[in-house]
Amino acid sequence: MEPTSLEQLEEEEAKDSFDVDVAVTNPEKIGDGMNAYVAYKVSTRTSLPMFRSKTFSVRRRFSDFLGLYEKLSVKQSLHGCVIPPPPEKSVVGMTKVKVGMDDPSSVEFVERRRAALERYLQRVVSHPSLLQDPDVREFLERDDLPRAVNTQALSGAGFLKMINKASDAVNKMTIKMNESDTWFEDKFQEVENEEQQLRKLHAVVDSLVNHRKELCGNTAVFAKSMAMLGNSEDNTALSRALSQLAEVEDKMEQLHQEQAASDFFIFAELLADYIRLLGAVRGCFDQRMRAWQRWQEAQSTLQKKREAEAKLLWANKPDKLQQAKEEIAEVTNTWEARVTQYERDFDRIGMTVRKEVLRFEKEKAKDFKSQIIKYLEAMLQSQQRLIKFWEAFLPEAKAIA
Amino acid sequence: MRSVSVDLNNDASLLIDIPDALCERDKVKFTVHTKTTLSSFQKPEFSVPRQHEDFIWLHDTLVETEDYAGLIIPPAPPKPDFESPREKMHKLGEGEATMTKEEYTKMKQELEAEYLAVFKKTVQVHEIFLQRLSSHPILSKDRNFQIFLEYDQDLSVRRKNAKEMFGGFFKNMVKSADEVLISGVKEVDDFFEQEKTFLLDYYSKIKDSTAKAEKMTRSHKNIADDYIHISATLNSISADDSTKVEGRVASDQELKLTELLRYYMRDIQAAKDLLYRRARALADYENSNKALDKARLKSKDIPQAEEHQQQCLQKFDKLSESGKKELTGFKGRRVVAFRKNLIEMAELEIKHAKNNVTLLQGCIDLLKSN
Repeated sequence: MEPTSLEQLEEEEAKDSFDVDVAVTNPEKIGDGMNAYVAYKVSTRTSLPMFRSKTFSVRRRFSDFLGLYEKLSVKQSLHGCVIPPPPEKSVVGMTKVKVGMDDPSSVEFVERRRAALERYLQRVVSHPSLLQDPDVREFLERDDLPRAVNTQALSGAGFLKMINKASDAVNKMTIKMNESDTWFEDKFQEVENEEQQLRKLHAVVDSLVNHRKELCGNTAVFAKSMAMLGNSEDNTALSRALSQLAEVEDKMEQLHQEQAASDFFIFAELLADYIRLLGAVRGCFDQRMRAWQRWQEAQSTLQKKREAEAKLLWANKPDKLQQAKEEIAEVTNTWEARVTQYERDFDRIGMTVRKEVLRFEKEKAKDFKSQIIKYLEAMLQSQQRLIKFWEAFLPEAKAIA
Repeated sequence: MRSVSVDLNNDASLLIDIPDALCERDKVKFTVHTKTTLSSFQKPEFSVPRQHEDFIWLHDTLVETEDYAGLIIPPAPPKPDFESPREKMHKLGEGEATMTKEEYTKMKQELEAEYLAVFKKTVQVHEIFLQRLSSHPILSKDRNFQIFLEYDQDLSVRRKNAKEMFGGFFKNMVKSADEVLISGVKEVDDFFEQEKTFLLDYYSKIKDSTAKAEKMTRSHKNIADDYIHISATLNSISADDSTKVEGRVASDQELKLTELLRYYMRDIQAAKDLLYRRARALADYENSNKALDKARLKSKDIPQAEEHQQQCLQKFDKLSESGKKELTGFKGRRVVAFRKNLIEMAELEIKHAKNNVTLLQGCIDLLKSN
């Protein structure tokens, strides 16, 4: 089977467009103590006829999202697809929430998770093959979803560990693949490099978030100190100006807080998502390798069976010959069929991977662009507010006499 | 543009500036340039090389001059401190292998700018010290000041006068004990009572503000550094430009607000020193009174005791009179300086923010049009 040309793949890509919008909102703590959990409202808005109505919503908990991923990732039909990975489990984060949802770090944790779950679902429904999957539809529509078990595998760094373990297995393969075209090799290298770069960037953005938070603290403390100084000042106009300065610094602290949130939720989380997504892309390449391996192993088994057949025919036991011939024919036929099947699988996965990678790259460019624009726009607004604060302060400073 | 504004009487009869300075390892060599119409100097224009220690010597000799006890002696300039950028430069060198060439170059540029900023700051602070002296009616005529400006040989011989150094050290030690004295002495003059309360309180507040301002500007610096790393790693035009922008705001804020506070913290310490000297004089006067009473009781050594008491009274009165003038002038100067600085700071914040807005808008438009 000839692989379709790259242009044809791209054309197919462009035709896929959807009309599904999902949102994850209203986190609500259910229950008390260590068995408590958070339930989210998952709302869908769609014009596609395959859904039960145009708008509907259900309540889901975190493990339901993990369960969905589990179901999707084991499906043969989806092999070669980039299946978006869900957000990571966090024992520490959840324990705090179980104790109480009111303190700022818990609030931040829940918000972070809610946003991550929403992005996860949006990626799932914007994938043409995944959207067609009955498990996805069930997740979005069904009121009473059976609880997912076996979601332990995806704790913390578990997801990436899983991917890396598979990679190692592939690397240890004794039969090295002879690529007819270098596209796969080159792409894989690209993906690995990009993951490296993003990790590095993520570390720096993390540092930025922390420094910004430090700045908040230091600014607040400084504002208080300025207010005290203003109180001590005996020149009336200067005293007023210093108090005003203290107020401006308070407003600056507010700006810094918002900027830190922007740094984190827009920038850092974007990078974290894509580090995981690139891991998923690597996973697809591994799946293709394993399909190839299966095909090669089937071929070598077929070869062995044929050699056994030849040996038997040579041995020349005429009375047993006919029966032996029939048995062997059955086995070789089975294996011939397998070889053909596995070769088809391998080709199919190859095509899927190519298509998926193209799609992924397009989505990634779009995502990065829109997020960076969002980040810059947030910064812009912050600067404009900053101007207003200082412009209001200036006459106060000029009024000092 | 000078970072710390002090109200200087730019009397053309004695103009001093530091046009040039050289940095050799730890030592900074300042070129002190004087232009004068006064006949007390040998030439109308001349320059001498001076080290930081020479400035300290000058300051200390002024402090220890009895005649200037009633004056606020301008605070000594702090020692040039290149520790922070030097340490960072060292760390950068160690980490060179882990970053891209572009990142390394950018970090190096930032550090060089920081180095330059520290250098400029120290030159300014030393310059202001001299200019404060030259604009003071009494201090500008000081003999040692003239020597400092004119003497074209190395001053270190004069400096190394151990007795002088030790005297200064001793005085500092006693001073801290006398902070108690200031608060303990019964004040006879309302003006000074108020000044004392005000200065003690204001000093502690401004010291606190200075420390907090420093911490805040350090955070700004950290963020600027982060943006450098980000722009080096990110293949996008937008992050590139915001680096310079955040970094610039940090270094300007550093010069403006923190320096203003730091300068006035030291200046207020100088004003406090005046109060202390006056309190000492008052204590001496009170002691002399007690001694006179004792002498009268014993009918012994009365004329010496009377003379001593007169001297103490004169000294105290002189200190009070000049002290009042100095402190009033100081108040006015402080208010003017704060005003100028706060205006400049606000204008700078606005200017930079407007630059940022233009930059960011440009980047956003570019990204959206692609």
